Amino acid sequence: MNESTTPTTRGSEFWRGVRDEAPILLGVAPFGLIFGALAIDAHIAVPVAQAMSSIIFAGASQIIAAQMIGAGTSGLVILLVVSVVNLRHALYSASVAPHVRHLAPGWKILLAYLLTDEAYAVTITHYNQEGHPANKHWYFLGAGLTLWTTWQVSTAMGIFIGAQLPQNWPLDFVLPLTFIALVVPALKDKAGVAAAVTAALVGMLTLGFPFKTGLLVAAFSGILTGLLVEGRSK
Amino acid sequence: MSLWLVILLAGMLTFAIRFSFILLLDRIKVPSWFRRGLRFVPMAVLSAIILPELATHNAALDLSLRNPQLYAGALAILVAWRTKNVLLTILAGMAALLVFQALLGIL
Repeated sequence: MNESTTPTTRGSEFWRGVRDEAPILLGVAPFGLIFGALAIDAHIAVPVAQAMSSIIFAGASQIIAAQMIGAGTSGLVILLVVSVVNLRHALYSASVAPHVRHLAPGWKILLAYLLTDEAYAVTITHYNQEGHPANKHWYFLGAGLTLWTTWQVSTAMGIFIGAQLPQNWPLDFVLPLTFIALVVPALKDKAGVAAAVTAALVGMLTLGFPFKTGLLVAAFSGILTGLLVEGRSK
Repeated sequence: MSLWLVILLAGMLTFAIRFSFILLLDRIKVPSWFRRGLRFVPMAVLSAIILPELATHNAALDLSLRNPQLYAGALAILVAWRTKNVLLTILAGMAALLVFQALLGIL
């Protein structure tokens, strides 16, 4: 057993990504159903609603966009809001960039397209773990495609059968639980804990900020705190 | 602007955001604090998603002792810390949520 010197095969990396992404799907599928149903509610045509899930492929921004389309909001405002809501992905982009640097442009484009919250969360955890890095982009692809497929299928189901989810449907709780499972074991030093706690608290304080901008403020507060604590303990 | 054009541009903007640093970090030299800061991105962003999600119950902010998600989340953090197992954390958290929901319903 010498994991760190022998690359894992492409296939085993891919399927591991699929497997690790699987639990999150429980939380994502209801969200896709809700988007599909909401889009039809907003009188968006079926092909457009489905295309939103493959062209934009970013859940929260799609739900907000569907509501704004239904309300007759102008295109420019919709574009601005979608960009602001998805701005956190720039942080993910910076975070995975060193790991995908060696890849061909086609791979980079494909993986960037698949860079959602849920794919990022499991992929960055995998990148930060032991193991030969050579084929880890196949893990990224496996996780990303699994999420993509689930998003397309659940959108279609939402469009055609609607989302009659019971009240207090607890499956959306899978998402924070998965993130807890990924974040907590990664907190190995004081700086990391400080970054996480600060981000969580600022996230609470900025919950009222429009279009997820509070999330950005919270993330930057956490990163800055982590850097400061790390600098001080050196 | 036609709806198709809006969707297409929204998709292009979202992709550009996701591709931004993957493309840039190849071409520009970034300061060292930037590179060191990247290590904190996952824990900061995900933590900033986790706590508000736990605190939001029935579509409203609920920091009271009657929010079962806070107990279930605390238990999940403990399980994640002790076991480092994703599936176990999810199962324990979901089970705890159902139990606390039922308990708080009775009380």
